[in-house]
Amino acid sequence: MNCIEINQLTKYYSKVKGIEDVSFQVREGEIFGFIGPNGAGKSTTIRTLLGLIFPTSGSATIFGKDCITQGHEIRKDIGYLPSEVFYYEKMKVIDLLKYAGSFYKKDCSKRIYELSEIMELNLNRRIEDLSYGNKKKVGIVQGLLHEPKLIVLDEPTSGLDPLMQQRFFELIKSENKKGASVFFSSHILSEVQHLCNRVAIIKGGHVIQVEDVKTLREDTYKKITLIGESIDLKTFEIEGVTELNKSDHQLDFFYKGDVNLLVNKIQSLELKDILVENPSLEEIFMHYYK
Amino acid sequence: MIIFRFELKNYMRTLWIWAISIIALLILFMAFFPVMAEDSQMMDKILENYPEELLKAFGMSEYVPMSTIPGYYAFLFAFVQLCMAVQSAYYGFNFLSVEERERTADFLFSKPVSRRRIFVEKYGAALMALLLTNIALWVGTYISIELFRGANTFEATHILILLASMPLFQLVFFSIGLIVTVFTRKIGSVISYAMGVAFGLYMLNAIRSIVGGKFLGILSPYYYFEPGYILSEGSLNFMWTLLAILIIGLATGIGYKRYVKRNIHAL
Repeated sequence: MNCIEINQLTKYYSKVKGIEDVSFQVREGEIFGFIGPNGAGKSTTIRTLLGLIFPTSGSATIFGKDCITQGHEIRKDIGYLPSEVFYYEKMKVIDLLKYAGSFYKKDCSKRIYELSEIMELNLNRRIEDLSYGNKKKVGIVQGLLHEPKLIVLDEPTSGLDPLMQQRFFELIKSENKKGASVFFSSHILSEVQHLCNRVAIIKGGHVIQVEDVKTLREDTYKKITLIGESIDLKTFEIEGVTELNKSDHQLDFFYKGDVNLLVNKIQSLELKDILVENPSLEEIFMHYYK
Repeated sequence: MIIFRFELKNYMRTLWIWAISIIALLILFMAFFPVMAEDSQMMDKILENYPEELLKAFGMSEYVPMSTIPGYYAFLFAFVQLCMAVQSAYYGFNFLSVEERERTADFLFSKPVSRRRIFVEKYGAALMALLLTNIALWVGTYISIELFRGANTFEATHILILLASMPLFQLVFFSIGLIVTVFTRKIGSVISYAMGVAFGLYMLNAIRSIVGGKFLGILSPYYYFEPGYILSEGSLNFMWTLLAILIIGLATGIGYKRYVKRNIHAL
């Protein structure tokens, strides 16, 4: 069962392309990562899902309901945390959270106190007196206080210190265990690697890959480093090798293909050291971006 | 009604200032009426010496003499209109743009409410605030006239009709703000827009009264609801009132249509 289905979604800002032909699905119960550099179209996609902006063409459904025509129905079940948080400056934190809670037809006050305790949020201060990190905490609490079935996070961790980031991720994980699906956009790959089951990679308004995080890391590329005198670059100009680089006594490259073929090549060499690693998601990412 | 209540509470924070100012303005102006009435001949003489254009620009002498209650009240009502125009235009420019300007749109629009409801409740709250300001106008008018009218008699129904025209007058200015907002990506300084519209159109009507002709009048809502005209005729001008209703209806309709499809951009 899919909780988000996006079909050929396209958004042009007058003539400037936001996203084009974006299609993918998020399954119920998973933590789905959405990664790409700034300006790739992450926020455009998310804002369309939330009904903040309207697509030029294509469609999107959440829990089987259309994002444009049934937006307000859908949003009952969505908790959204934007990358930049702004709230009514003159309000007290607790009043803002109660106002947020009043939009949902259930009593959220217990959850407000629980979440504020976890995030160490002072409820009696005015929004205008809060630091950026504290405003972010308000954002987290107001996004989760109605126990949403789908949590949408748009680069959520900026402004949180490492300890709070950790706590925040724990919170997201526990919500996920309780059954919430999570749609998580980020340009910080270690976060995604750490948290997500599957990822979509978006670049220049197009989704270029949707894959399991594991598959993406393990089954695709090996990062190989060879150290030794007189290694010939030409030996490795074979199919499956990319990012071939030589410096002094070191040669490194990515390899995808039959491992035996590579071992045969290496066999004949005089080496001081050899490293075979799974590339970090960053490196894979850079690869896709080329 | 969540948004309506929230908005109205915000309006209440500043509404009392408007209310007191309007009552104070009425009493202050009306306090000079006894002098006017007492020496009406002298007053009329003084005014005669002023250039006619100047008097017209201030809304005097066109219909009723300054030495009567309706005449003096008409003169003073023009200033009340100016205040109300600033307030109404301010609400009009502000009520849909404030969330985007203060960047709270993401908060509100990601809640389970439809655009329709946001529009209707925000509109309703602004309307309510404008109507509440009218109470101050009614109270201020009653107090100030009763305090200073002395032995002068006047046609009260005419004044009531003039007061009754105020909500329409307010809504015209509110609608101007509304329609500009939905066609603008971002309203920077609401107060300067509001003052610009309120004073600019006032000036336009002042110019119209000097040069004459109806064309400039079409452009200025002050002309639709000229206090002198209403007080002397005892009724609103049918055509101009119709035009005002048309403007309000069109602006609200088009504004709504555009607002429900408005893209709320990222910061």
